[in-house]
Formats: sequence, C-alpha cells, structure tokens
Amino acid sequence: MSGKGIRIENLSKRYGEGDTAVFALKDVNMQVAPGEVVGLIGPSGSGKSTLLKCLGAVIDPTAGRMILGDEVIYDNGWKARDLRALRRDKIGFVFQAPYLIPFLDATDNVALLPMLAGVANGEARARALELLTELDVQHRAQAMPSRLSGGEQQRVSIARGLINRPPVILADEPTAPLDSVRAMAVIRILNDMARKFETAIIVVTHDEKIIPTFKRIYHIRDGVTHEEAGEGRAFE
Amino acid sequence: MISLAGRDILHSWGKFVFTGIGLGLLIGVTLVMAGVYRGMVDDAKALLDNSSADLWVVQKDTLGPYAESSSLNDDLYRAILAMPGVAKAANVTYLTMQVRKGDSDVRTMVVGIAPGQPGITPGWPPYLVAGRQITRGHYEAMADIASGFHLGDRIGIRRNQYTVVGLTRRMVSSSGDPMVFIPLKDAQEAQFLKDNDAIWQSRRRTEANPAFNRPSVPGLLDAVIDSQSTNAFVNAVLVTLKAGYTPDEVAESIRRWKRLTVYTRTQMEGILIGKLIATSAKQIAMFLVILAVVSATIVAFIIYSLTMDKIREIAVLKLIGTRNRTIAGMILQQSLALGLIGFVVGKIAATFSAPIFPKYVLLTPMDSVAGFIAVLVICVLASLVAIRMALKVDPAEAIG
Repeated sequence: MSGKGIRIENLSKRYGEGDTAVFALKDVNMQVAPGEVVGLIGPSGSGKSTLLKCLGAVIDPTAGRMILGDEVIYDNGWKARDLRALRRDKIGFVFQAPYLIPFLDATDNVALLPMLAGVANGEARARALELLTELDVQHRAQAMPSRLSGGEQQRVSIARGLINRPPVILADEPTAPLDSVRAMAVIRILNDMARKFETAIIVVTHDEKIIPTFKRIYHIRDGVTHEEAGEGRAFE
Repeated sequence: MISLAGRDILHSWGKFVFTGIGLGLLIGVTLVMAGVYRGMVDDAKALLDNSSADLWVVQKDTLGPYAESSSLNDDLYRAILAMPGVAKAANVTYLTMQVRKGDSDVRTMVVGIAPGQPGITPGWPPYLVAGRQITRGHYEAMADIASGFHLGDRIGIRRNQYTVVGLTRRMVSSSGDPMVFIPLKDAQEAQFLKDNDAIWQSRRRTEANPAFNRPSVPGLLDAVIDSQSTNAFVNAVLVTLKAGYTPDEVAESIRRWKRLTVYTRTQMEGILIGKLIATSAKQIAMFLVILAVVSATIVAFIIYSLTMDKIREIAVLKLIGTRNRTIAGMILQQSLALGLIGFVVGKIAATFSAPIFPKYVLLTPMDSVAGFIAVLVICVLASLVAIRMALKVDPAEAIG
C-alpha cells in the first residue's frame, strides 16, 4: 500500500518525428490521491488510451514525470528499469472485458499475481479467497470464468487488480458490458475498495450512468486534459 | 507457482488428447518404418547366422549367392575341403520362387542342402520347432513356420511334391521370404529343370546341329543330350573353419589357389546390408525424414493455433507482469506434453500393430529412446514459432 497515490507532471507523448509528428498527449497533469476514484472522460481519439498506457507503464512517455507512490517511474526520458515488475506489484488493471485466464478458476485468476511475485501458492490462494469474500463472490471461487456471469467476472477481475495492494488501479471502461444495476454495483465496489485499501483509482469511461458518481473528473481532448469537479452523487 | 501449461491442458484436454492421438498414429507409423528397416537388417543377419558358415565361396567376381546370381560346379566343394583350415564344405542352392500350397501359392526361398547333419553341415537349419530333419534323399522338405505350412503338408515345387517333415522359425531370406529346405539334388533339378516342350525343342536343336550329330561318332549325340538334361551347378559352397584359423587367411588361400571369390561373414553382412537392402534403407530413411517433417509441421501448427487462440490472455499475462520465460515455458511445456501424448500413443500403436505386418518389424528399445528424443526435439523446435509470436505480443493489446 502507498500513501501518495499517483501524480503526473507535464506528461507528453509524441508519435513520429518532424513534420509527421503527432502529439497524443500534451503536458498532461493529473494527481489522484489514495482512496480516491476519479473519472477520465473524452471522445474517441482524444488520447485516453495513450494516457492509460503511459499510466500503466506499457508505453513510455516522450517527456514529463510520473510518480507512483514514492517512486519516480518516468522523468523526462528516464524510466524505471523493470516496468514488468512495476506493473505486477504497483499497478492494478481492470478491463472493459474481464479478460480472465480461461483455464484458471476464479481463485487462481486472482492468486496468479502474487504467485508471479513469488508468494507461495497456499498463501496466494488464501489472500485471493479473502478478497473474493470482500467482493461477495467467494461462493464462485472454484468456478471457471466461462461459468461466471458478467458481473461475477468483473468482480473477479477487480479482485485480481487489487490482490497485490497496488497504489493505483487503472480501470478501462469497467462498466461497459454491464446493465445499470450491475454497473453501479461495480462503481460502488471500486469506491469501497479504494477507501479500504487506500488505492487511487482512475476510471476511463463513456458510461453516462456512472459519470455523476465521480467527485473529480479529468476531461481529455486532443491530448490535453482539464480537471473539473464532479457531482459525486451518492450511489442508489 | 502453478503450472499454466498443465492448467490449460486440463482445461482443454479433449483438444490435446485427440490431437495427441492423431500425432501418435503418425509417430506410430514412424516407429514401424524404423522397425521395418531393423527387421530387414535382422532378416539379413538371421540368413547368415542360420547358414552356420564362416565363408561363402561363390562364382568369381560376383556378389553371390544372395545379392547376385552365382554358379559353381558342384564338385568344387571337394577341392575346397582339401584346403588348409577348412573343416566342412557343403554345396548350397538358393532359389526364390512361388511354391504351391494347396490351391494357392506362397513366395519362398527354396534352399537345396547337401547331405549331412544339422549343426555340422553348413546350410542346414540349426534347430527345428517341430518335426524332424530331412532323412531321405528326395521329396522331403523343412519349411519355415512363416510360410504357413504344417507338418505333413504337401509343397509343390516345379513338377514334384514334397512332404513337410520339419518346421523352422526365423529362417528367412534377406527379403523376408520364408525358407523351404529340400535335398540338394532336388533343388538343382528344380533350379534348372525345363518343361517337356522345352526339353523336346532343345533335343531337336541339338539333333539338327551337325557338330553334335555326327554319324561317324556314335554315341556323341546321346552324350550331349544327357549333359544338357542334368544340372551340375550350385550357387555357393558354404565353408566352416577348423579351430585356430582365421576367416581372412583361409579365404585368401581359397581365392589365391582356387581362383574363386570368397566372402567372410563380415564381408557378406556388408553386401547384404550395404548393397542388397541399401536402396530399401534409403527409401525408409526418406519416409522417416518426411514423417518427421510432417510431425514437426503438425505440432508447430497445433501449438501455433493454440497460442493464437490465447493472444489476448498472453497480452493480459504480460500486462500484469508475467515474465517472458513463464509464457515461453507454458508454450514449450504444452508442446512437449503433446509430444509425450503422441509418443505414448505411437509406441502403443506400433507395438500392437507390428505383428500384423507381413514383413518382420523389429522394434528395438534404442529406437524407441531415439524416437522419444527426436519427438522432444521436434516439439521444442515446433514451439519456437509460437514462442516467438507470443513474446512479440504487446501488453498494450490488453488495454485496447
């Protein structure tokens, strides 16, 4: 766990060189505190995915700084060496489709991350089961992903994102495939987990239903972000 | 750490098992092909072992009697018997032909053996599995059990009928044809005897030839016709050595003084394996290479397809921090598991199908070990394409 969330300063991403150069991100600044859930909203081609990939240490920004917890990840061209371990230990991912590993049951899908980090199988499974219980899917712990409903799959996916207690979770359209009731349930869970584990959560979404639930929203257009206060509406 | 490969195999076991069975049948064919070659070599060695000879004396400058035709006068064995170091010398004839068995016929190698005793006279079958050795000078035979003959059966060779009095086992030619042993005189007749029309035509030609039909030399025509009606040739003389003599020195002595071609056991084995079955061996080797390439292609295709089906999962695994070697290990283990299933199925299929083949199929443990190692190597190589593809997957694909 971390006490400082995630902070990016003047983050830029350029594709191409010279006349063909395209800036997908231009001096983006963003800060998400531990326990906070913010929305990232923008039309297609606005730079959402690029920003998410930079935050997820999947692609390198061209310039700017990114600080995750106490650790500087990028600093104007310098980058932390082992981004793979960083993604495993410090960043949680929740996808639009849950993308669970189809040949692992719910418990092992969640336990896989600590196992990859060297945690013993038994301990990793115990932690996974504990988290599945928190998310109220413990009764489906032994089920294969194909046997889970969409909502259950998304909860298992959230558990996988949380299992290593990362300081930040990146959620890419987590409610897109769900109806409004299940979508609100997922947002409630993310808020609860953010508070409980002091995790900063960035939710990329188009979903009009859930936008009013954010207290802070970053709008992005043409690679430029601006921040505004959200409604922070209570969950129904 | 859990075995990702193991879990994936358990999850889609049907796909693996059925693919493994298909691959296994291919591996089974490969093992049988290797077994056919081993069987041919073993048949060749059995032919030499069962002749009980140390030397083969054949017509000069021929590779006889198995790889080429060879013809020697049947009284030469006496001169060879007098050579230093020779313990026994016996005439022998070999003739591969169809012999009659009831209403059908069987392809056999008819061996004419000189009078003597089993175990002492070369050319005699060293042991029988049923019946007795030939004791009469004519119309008795010993047949290999693979010919399908039983004791008391009648064998039709040319115009004569032979009674089977003994049965042998693993007495086959280098082509795998079962042997039928008959007395030498009968075999000589069978080898050269013409039909009545041909004999009559031959006599007519001789009578019409003024060189043979001379009124001033009474008895000449009858003598010539008599000489044409009898066969005084054999294919080889089999020689055993006295103790203390080496095959090479006795062979050299016969070559020098009798001006004949002589082969030792090593040389004869070289002729049989290096020349007689060499083309078949190359043919089989070609099949083995083709089958290995086909197996590798199938494994590569299957592993590639299985990996392609998991591209999104691999991207997710990479995104959440899975090491490249873990992903490569998963693909490699699946490929090896497929190979293992295939090999087990193939070995079982080969073992149970080998006795059904008409030719002797010899499955050796060393061939199985070599086959297993080859399968593993093929699986490793076949997985490289899929591993390369998996390692190129961008974790960003999981984000979209």
